Amino acid sequence: MNPLIRTILQRLGFGLITLFVVSVVLSLLVGVLPGDFATRTLGQAATPDTVAAFRREIGLDRPPVERYLHWLGDMVRGDFGSSYSGAGSLSGNRRAVADLIAPRLVNTLFLAGLAALIAVPLALTLGLLAALYRNGVYDRLVNLVTLTSISAPEFFVGYVLALFLANDVYFQIFPAISTVEPGASIFDRAYACALPALTLVLVIVAHMMRMTRASVINLLASPYIEMARLKGSEPRRVIVHHALPNAWAPISNVIALNLAYLIVGVVVVEKVFAYPGIGQLMVDAVRNQDVPVIQGCAMIFAGVYVLLNLSADIIAIATNPRLLHPR
Amino acid sequence: MTELEYWTQQIKKGRINRREFLGRAAALGVTTALATTMLADAGVAATPKKGGSAKFGLAHGATTDTLDPASYPDTATQVPFWGGMSNSLTEVDADGNITPDVVESMEPTDDAKSWIFKIRKGVTFHNGKDLTADDVIASYRHHMGADSKSAAKSLLAAVSDIKADGKGTVVFSLSGANADFPYICSDYHIPIMPAKPDGTADWQSGVRTGPFVFGAWEPGVRASLKRNPNYHKEGKPYFDEVEFLSIADVAARTNALNAGEVDWIGRADLKTLNLLKKNPKVEITEVTGYGHYVFPMQVTIAPFDNVDVRTALKWAINREDIAKKVFLGHATPGNDNPIAPTVKFATNPEPVYKYDPEKAKFHLKKAGMSNLKVDLSVADAAFTGAVDAATLYKEHAKAAGIDLNIVREPDDGYWDNVWLKKAWCGGYWSGRPTCDWMLTTVYAKGAAWNETQWANPRFNDLLVTARGETDDKKRKGMYAEMQQLIHDDGGVIVLVFNNYVEAASKKLAHNKIAPNWECDGLKIAERWWFA
Repeated sequence: MNPLIRTILQRLGFGLITLFVVSVVLSLLVGVLPGDFATRTLGQAATPDTVAAFRREIGLDRPPVERYLHWLGDMVRGDFGSSYSGAGSLSGNRRAVADLIAPRLVNTLFLAGLAALIAVPLALTLGLLAALYRNGVYDRLVNLVTLTSISAPEFFVGYVLALFLANDVYFQIFPAISTVEPGASIFDRAYACALPALTLVLVIVAHMMRMTRASVINLLASPYIEMARLKGSEPRRVIVHHALPNAWAPISNVIALNLAYLIVGVVVVEKVFAYPGIGQLMVDAVRNQDVPVIQGCAMIFAGVYVLLNLSADIIAIATNPRLLHPR
Repeated sequence: MTELEYWTQQIKKGRINRREFLGRAAALGVTTALATTMLADAGVAATPKKGGSAKFGLAHGATTDTLDPASYPDTATQVPFWGGMSNSLTEVDADGNITPDVVESMEPTDDAKSWIFKIRKGVTFHNGKDLTADDVIASYRHHMGADSKSAAKSLLAAVSDIKADGKGTVVFSLSGANADFPYICSDYHIPIMPAKPDGTADWQSGVRTGPFVFGAWEPGVRASLKRNPNYHKEGKPYFDEVEFLSIADVAARTNALNAGEVDWIGRADLKTLNLLKKNPKVEITEVTGYGHYVFPMQVTIAPFDNVDVRTALKWAINREDIAKKVFLGHATPGNDNPIAPTVKFATNPEPVYKYDPEKAKFHLKKAGMSNLKVDLSVADAAFTGAVDAATLYKEHAKAAGIDLNIVREPDDGYWDNVWLKKAWCGGYWSGRPTCDWMLTTVYAKGAAWNETQWANPRFNDLLVTARGETDDKKRKGMYAEMQQLIHDDGGVIVLVFNNYVEAASKKLAHNKIAPNWECDGLKIAERWWFA
């Protein structure tokens, strides 16, 4: 069988196991947390009989194993279940987890996409140029700037951007909070997301840029590059045509990691710009112990990691003839 | 500063209303015409103007929020869905008085053991349906009964029966006399909702009677409402549209106000308030609310069973210091009386507890001790700043020979595992608009939330008598005695009453701000307008 297809199938299989393990671990962890959705929601108003009525209504009175198996059964059929919230004492109509997650996931993917669209080409270009002019003034400067931006906490970067770019004292170019109207056009959305996207770009560019630079420089020491140089190729051509194809594997790995971060790890940036992404949804769910939503978000996060790592591996194999055509 | 300037400042800050200002100005010999001009200069519009679309930045909001008033956990639901969309039977005005809202009158009978509410004529729901007694009954039943998970369940526990008397009259029967029952009816958990054919309340549709009609809502993100053209209050509301954005991060909230993306923000950042004040387009409003932070001691557990130990601990804390350092001056020091100064019948019992290590030592000695070592359990889940306040208290108490051991509890599950369980801990009360409500909820013998386990026979006798007493003069005396008893004998240390500090664009105008809840009594959408 083609090694590419074999790897994909194998990884997807492992991915499913990963998801299963994640869901089990998560159920156990949530079980350890003090309190539950009923006591969280009622807070100080939690008298014992009110809590008991609430638990009965959302099914928290059943044993945890039974609840988990029920959830797993639904999940296998592609049903994310219902959130505990919005459970009315009269109608009992609860919000479907899928309905809660879908719009948030779209927002998050949009923001991540926008940030990646800027960050990935930028990082690759900066990294290649840094490898080309390594140890020069340009190299030092790019390193200094990107390392500074990655070293500052992301909320700080966000506040600084908001201060200078969304304040009539300096420049009021972008909105200070990213409110996305339902049904807004793609350009309105991009404008609303400008500051969080810029923040994320500043946070992830350094990692990818330095990995590009390091792996290209590493290859530049190999004999075949020396050969290329000896036959008289230009330095630019040596790097783009000879070094880069062999550097794709490590670079795509780092890009995959950063893209995964853009989707699962940007809750702080979402908070700073009041952007309704999936990270805030998960934090809300954890705070209120809305277990079906926690599980739903976790499944998506784990799925994102599995798929992105898989794509990185596919790129690594596809760009390496030795892996693609093994003897 | 002349006296006139002083009153101009006061009205700017929202501490007095327009009519009071005109009265003061007249007393100082200023003509009404001139005073009105001054008001306009001070940014107080003569008559509220209609129109405009206002955006409010709220400090709360979660995806778990629901339209169901059985759980309106914070301002993200209370301000749009109660204050914006709904009415209760009654409302508390800016001076703390109870006034009818969707009712015309409320009369006690049978020595306040039963209350008759006559529904205001012409009140309609947003779908055009007339408000009738059945709707009121369904809305109340929504919170009552064994299966209720409503936060208002215990509030309505004393209601034994509700009956309709024709379409326009509702009769509440109570299990005991309660002269303050109309206040309970003003609670934000009990908006009036239309009844469904099966007699249950329809909370799902968002159809209510209030100043604004439900528009769009994304839980934890935004809610937008449109003006109700058929609102029963003449001329109100003033805005055409209101939008509420959840901006949980305080710096983001401040940015949004400074950038003009919202017109108002709740819970302004106290640490950077002085910087925000420098913005000439922003007005800071501050009112002392009913909410207060407490350290309740369980008086059934040693050493707190000794009144002298309790008194020693009351003298050993420097409340001014805590108000200044932990709450940055935006709080009013307490005097171990849980009734806020703005509540009717509130007193300030003597002697006022001030930091006095000598008096603390004296009482400790009287209790037969030369030093004392006690645990105080706190977490910031009790109230923001609880750990800092306890740490300062530890330093204050040292001088009196009292060694406080501060036990840091986890935030998670604090209200389940620490509050009401540990002998001494931190706690918070959002306060209640009447003496009876507050005292019955927390200080009555056997109350579910009696966090001090205090059971003073004289206090409990007075509480029942005062509740059924309709003569204000007699009630005043009784409530004064009860507050004195809590102050002298009770197990609660009231640190401070918190101030509601909010910030608004000067494009907005308002009258005196209500102290009963934040966001102008949660009714900012109805009460404010564009200047």
